[in-house]
Amino acid sequence: MTELSKSGAAVGEPAGTSPAPTAFLEVRDLKVHFPTDDGLVKSVDGLSFQLEKGKTLGIVGESGSGKSVTSLGIMGLHTAGQYGKRKAQISGEIWLDGTELLSADPDHVRKLRGREMAMIFQDPLSALHPYYTIGQQIVEAYRIHHKVDKKTAKRRAVEMLDRVGIPQPDKRVDSYPHEFSGGMRQRAMIAMSLVNNPELLIADEPTTALDVTVQAQILDLIRDLQKEFGSAVIVITHDLGVVAELADDLLVMYGGRCVERGPAEKVFYEPRHPYTWGLLGSMPRLDRDQQERLIPVKGSPPSLINLPSGCAFNPRCPYADVPKDDVTRTVRPELTEVGSKHWAACHMSQEQRERIWTEEIAPKL
Amino acid sequence: MLAYLIRRLFAAAVMLVVIILVVFCIFFLVPKWAGVDIALNFVGKQADPAAVEGVRQKLGLGDPVFVQAWEFFKGIFAGRTYAAGGDVTHCAAPCFGYSFKTEQSVWPVLTERFPVTLALALGAAVLWLIFGVAAGVLSALKRGTLWDRGAMVVALAGVSLPIYFTGLLSLAIFSYGLGWIDGEFVPLEESFSGWLGGMILPWITLAFLYAAMYARITRATMLEILGEDYIRTARAKGLKEQVVISKHAMRSTLTPLLTMLGMDLGALMGGAILTETTFSLPGLGQKVLDAIQNHDLPFILGVVLITSLAVLIANLVVDVLYAVIDPRVRLA
Repeated sequence: MTELSKSGAAVGEPAGTSPAPTAFLEVRDLKVHFPTDDGLVKSVDGLSFQLEKGKTLGIVGESGSGKSVTSLGIMGLHTAGQYGKRKAQISGEIWLDGTELLSADPDHVRKLRGREMAMIFQDPLSALHPYYTIGQQIVEAYRIHHKVDKKTAKRRAVEMLDRVGIPQPDKRVDSYPHEFSGGMRQRAMIAMSLVNNPELLIADEPTTALDVTVQAQILDLIRDLQKEFGSAVIVITHDLGVVAELADDLLVMYGGRCVERGPAEKVFYEPRHPYTWGLLGSMPRLDRDQQERLIPVKGSPPSLINLPSGCAFNPRCPYADVPKDDVTRTVRPELTEVGSKHWAACHMSQEQRERIWTEEIAPKL
Repeated sequence: MLAYLIRRLFAAAVMLVVIILVVFCIFFLVPKWAGVDIALNFVGKQADPAAVEGVRQKLGLGDPVFVQAWEFFKGIFAGRTYAAGGDVTHCAAPCFGYSFKTEQSVWPVLTERFPVTLALALGAAVLWLIFGVAAGVLSALKRGTLWDRGAMVVALAGVSLPIYFTGLLSLAIFSYGLGWIDGEFVPLEESFSGWLGGMILPWITLAFLYAAMYARITRATMLEILGEDYIRTARAKGLKEQVVISKHAMRSTLTPLLTMLGMDLGALMGGAILTETTFSLPGLGQKVLDAIQNHDLPFILGVVLITSLAVLIANLVVDVLYAVIDPRVRLA
């Protein structure tokens, strides 16, 4: 446990001591653990980051790396609507615009949900209630936080649908989700999230369930709306192409922890963690020779109950034996600064990583 | 929506004709093929051949099959006259048959008995819906707790214990032991409080069985719905948890319950035989039991028809409500 808090505290700016963060959103040493019959699942284990208004943070990682759990944690959706005995254990700090959310009154956090922070989900078909019209659902979202009559709220809903590019919004407002196409549904979902002008928008895999042709439209839409509303945006995805379009900063997660984070162009062009190299290597690109094969990351995601000791990535890392004395298998690497605002958690020395990247990895990409 | 309604109505009408014909076949043709003389059923086994022949003529049992079916079908809408020589019996429309055992038309007996059965079923349904659904929702929200386990054990008991056990037990405790309730059936016209006193134990007994089933279904459905993405969306909007449950989750939970309710209510219209017998309620169920014991074919046939009709109507209502609740159904 001490080791964990140490690694968490080492992430980014000093945590825990200064109670007044300057960033709009600051997450400090966030831990989300789920007790199960098989043991404690540490979905997020000591995550820290900051996000300013008007900026976009991309969180990438494979399934089960803790991306979605992080976003639900910020929204307070692990504690809301938890029934029965098994409850998620959450610790750390989440500061949103000067308020710490984890220690705040749950009803206060509920009032922030939808108004200050909103979320777009992966599959708009299942995320919209099948029995209510699009209009009813947007109207509801608006009227929770604004004391207006239904007519006014419906006008607002039509306005929002128009804004996200749904044709004939005054007619489509009375349609049911199943009467929309996938792309339209996601647009409606975005309209619903933005109806209260939230300052933080979390998009959890917003394009995964959509056609490729529609994906770009939705990403453009999110970017345009962000400019218009000036919100802070977190985009969660396993698709590096998505964050390449949107993100200012990147955070790469592996096994519930951050392994690398920094400005997007740094993480893309000078990545300093073997897992990030792996992600880049497994991304298909049009400018690459088609005869060349993609290089997948070997192995499968680690068990979140029993993370490998030392560096969690070591069983899959082709360079695990580069550092001396088996240190990768015994000591957990901490995030260290590898460039301006650029952090990575790896035992290899900076020089070793720079050499491997420029000589072995980059030429093959 | 209108097109949907018309389609359902048309389907129901076709179904009704099919049911009448099938029921007719089962009761009048199957014995014939099996070589059993139905006429004997109506006059008794010791009757002289002349009497048997008279009944056969009167009932038209010698006629071709399709003529018999047509007469039967026609009788339901236009009434029917059974005649053999000077022996004439009239059965007014809707003629569901004439019982030569009890020398009564079936329909008046059905209508006389039906209100008791209807009151029993509806009253019990109100009870089981309130308690069953509430217990199911609570269990789902308190999953894994002592309350949940306790409620599910009671529900298991409710499903497993037969009516004639719980019914007699309730009579023994509340009527004979504590003396709170008289337990005798009193017609509604005579005294409302007396009627209520006579119905309360049957209601509770019948409702206990169904509440147990509904609680289990509600719990399972609610748990499934609570895991749905759109429930998470509702919370992400900032809705209060009570609204998330009562508006978003409940509406989806209603659909399977409604389907069950339609089937159960329809089936109970033919008489809750065990409950009615246990509490000596003069409903259809008790009469059906008599009819079965006496081989009173026309009456059994009438009850089967009434029951089918009730199931049909209940399902029609359910189909319509279904479309009201779930917009996706309107397309189908």
